[in-house]
Amino acid sequence: MERCYINGVGCVSVQNTFEGNFLENPIDYSDTNIIYAVKPNYKDFIPPAAIRRMSAGVKNSVVASSIAMNDANVETLDGIITGTGMGCIQDSEKFLDKMIEFNEEYLTPTSFIQSTHNTVSGQIALKLKCNAYNFTYVNTGGSFPSALLDGVMQVKDEGKNNILIGGIDEIAEYTFKLYQAIGHIKKDGEVPFNIFENRSEGSIGAEGAVFFVLGNEKKENSYAEIIDTHIINNLKVDKVNDFIQDFLQNNDIKIEDVDTIILGNNGDINFDSYYDEAEKMFQSSEIIYYKHLFGEFMTAPSISLWVASNILKNQEIPSVLYKNNKKNSSNAIRTILIYNQYRGKDHSLILMKNV
Amino acid sequence: MKDRIAITGMGIVSAIGMNAAENLKSLKDNKHGISKIEHIDTTLGDKILVGEIKKTNHELEDILGLPSLNNFSRSSMLGAIAAKEAIIDAGIITEGNTKIGFINSTTVGGMDMVERYYNDFLEKKEHQHYIEVHDAGSNTDLISEHLGINGFVTTISTACSSAANAIMLGARMIKSGRLDQVVVGGMDGLCKFTINGFNTLMILSDTYNQPFDENRKGLNLGEGAAYLVLESEESYQKRNKEPLAYLKGYANANDAFHQTASSEQGDGAYLAMKNAFKVANMKPEQIDYVNAHGTATPNNDLSEGRAMVNIFENKVPKFSSTKPFTGHTLAAAASVEAVFSVFALRENLVFPTLNFEQNMKEFDLTPQLELEEKEISAVLSNSFGFGGNCSSLIFVK
Repeated sequence: MERCYINGVGCVSVQNTFEGNFLENPIDYSDTNIIYAVKPNYKDFIPPAAIRRMSAGVKNSVVASSIAMNDANVETLDGIITGTGMGCIQDSEKFLDKMIEFNEEYLTPTSFIQSTHNTVSGQIALKLKCNAYNFTYVNTGGSFPSALLDGVMQVKDEGKNNILIGGIDEIAEYTFKLYQAIGHIKKDGEVPFNIFENRSEGSIGAEGAVFFVLGNEKKENSYAEIIDTHIINNLKVDKVNDFIQDFLQNNDIKIEDVDTIILGNNGDINFDSYYDEAEKMFQSSEIIYYKHLFGEFMTAPSISLWVASNILKNQEIPSVLYKNNKKNSSNAIRTILIYNQYRGKDHSLILMKNV
Repeated sequence: MKDRIAITGMGIVSAIGMNAAENLKSLKDNKHGISKIEHIDTTLGDKILVGEIKKTNHELEDILGLPSLNNFSRSSMLGAIAAKEAIIDAGIITEGNTKIGFINSTTVGGMDMVERYYNDFLEKKEHQHYIEVHDAGSNTDLISEHLGINGFVTTISTACSSAANAIMLGARMIKSGRLDQVVVGGMDGLCKFTINGFNTLMILSDTYNQPFDENRKGLNLGEGAAYLVLESEESYQKRNKEPLAYLKGYANANDAFHQTASSEQGDGAYLAMKNAFKVANMKPEQIDYVNAHGTATPNNDLSEGRAMVNIFENKVPKFSSTKPFTGHTLAAAASVEAVFSVFALRENLVFPTLNFEQNMKEFDLTPQLELEEKEISAVLSNSFGFGGNCSSLIFVK
């Protein structure tokens, strides 16, 4: 059994996360219910002709994965594993719109090809001429946790090194309107959107592309170690306590050993109660959140891993991650637990340690 | 023995049968399921042939006993039927089972319902519930609920290699001790989005698909679902269940050549097969039968043929493509063909490649043309998808 380290990170999100600063000047989105990512300078990473053809998700993934690989100082990979909730929904919409509008005539292949769920994994492999293992998970809130679990198994159980994992989701206008219609995303105009004060139906819709390089080598600039991760598809609120206790016990960790817990509260009145249960268990830990800054999307757990990685490396928790901005401690941060669920399903736990 | 994973159950629905027994009978009787499309209203109906399951969505709902108001897409209904058969075949209990998993795969997901109501969704509230299954994972979730599975559930989507990858992940989850039993495979129903998409690529044939034939014109899309139940040795021995066969080798590699076309020499395919042999600790000469991907597109059969010639060093064993029977069932293809591979092992049969007329000029390879009785101890099954995604599985007795 090897150890699994995070040796590189790259993050494109609704905050300024790709230029190496860790939430120094967070952008306030309290009057927005659908938040678009801050665009990096794509020309630095992608030839201009290609930029025009690529959807936001693919472009953001090329950038985030490049940054992660540079950060880890690797050029070759033993595997490329991505998770995406909706896949390349912008291209799906394009193809579907045309198919319906022109009654199946005058269609061209580009949008169809680019709408396939494994486009991002495939594009990265093409760019790097990488023949290695290449998987894509599309399982709602479990998409990124599945990619992470696969990556961790590759490194810990199967002796692989340099596995690129990523979580990607992009906004598509019509699709997000549909999700508003069924209450998954908050309706317009319910401002201010405050996930702690004003719980209501739905979450804030956002997007992101977050990549990591996992490896079995501890390096000087390694961010953190991933101890374990676990996913279960269904859980009743009154079973959250057991779920978390069992996971910690299996890893010989006591509740009081967890310095910091990162919770996925997103302001949805129907599902944040899961996090309330978790919060009750960790009254002596630092309790922090991230979706008030990054919004919600099916692969948002990738953001929580990015946040945890930076905290463990910098040994500091930005005050903006706390409810009410109130910083609680300046003790050493050794063990972080991350808990997420998506609309009551796909509950995931990630246990991490500093290096 | 931790070097092989037991298969203790199977389930399948395809154009040649609504369960395993029907599928096997059709294979033995040379009865294919390719025809003109009946259940989808498409302008391409006269231009293509498909492997369609001749059941309406209402009939599928009745088979599953679903209430008339439900979120099941056609793909999910096919998936639920096949997965249920696999679980019953394996005789496993899902209720209260904490070390069971479900690894599904699909390319279509809920798209057949989404495309139907797409423009009307905002005006017509009565159809809005289908928005819930717009994403692939929600379809898997519906099936998990139907099967009573509470545990590790996920969905893979890597185009035509999807189900092979689901099978592979299942094996690794068992080897790592995280699961004792896992239902693995894939599902895809026919829908306009897919039919039109493949049509723009100009790889659909207007006649019966002819894999490895010089004059092959392209593929026939198909629909279906198939699942295996994989199980750890400890688990099946404890309950005295005799495995149907074993999964011994598996590998995934990427061609990294082009998003939809394969490299000339089939580099990704070659690597996938080579690494599958490594995992199995087997040599190519130990394979008795290859169930090829064999879609009958000009590109696939050429690169797959070349890759086979290379990996088998010109001594290619008996091989066939069963896609003339079922059509190309996309995400389900690898699990449909995994079931056929297990049939080959248990029945000692090599299945024929229908519609073959003339050898490809590029190499000296003739696929199996007749149903043949032969001792089969090891089968190699290939599935190659868009994005250069190449997967190979090795099954043994």
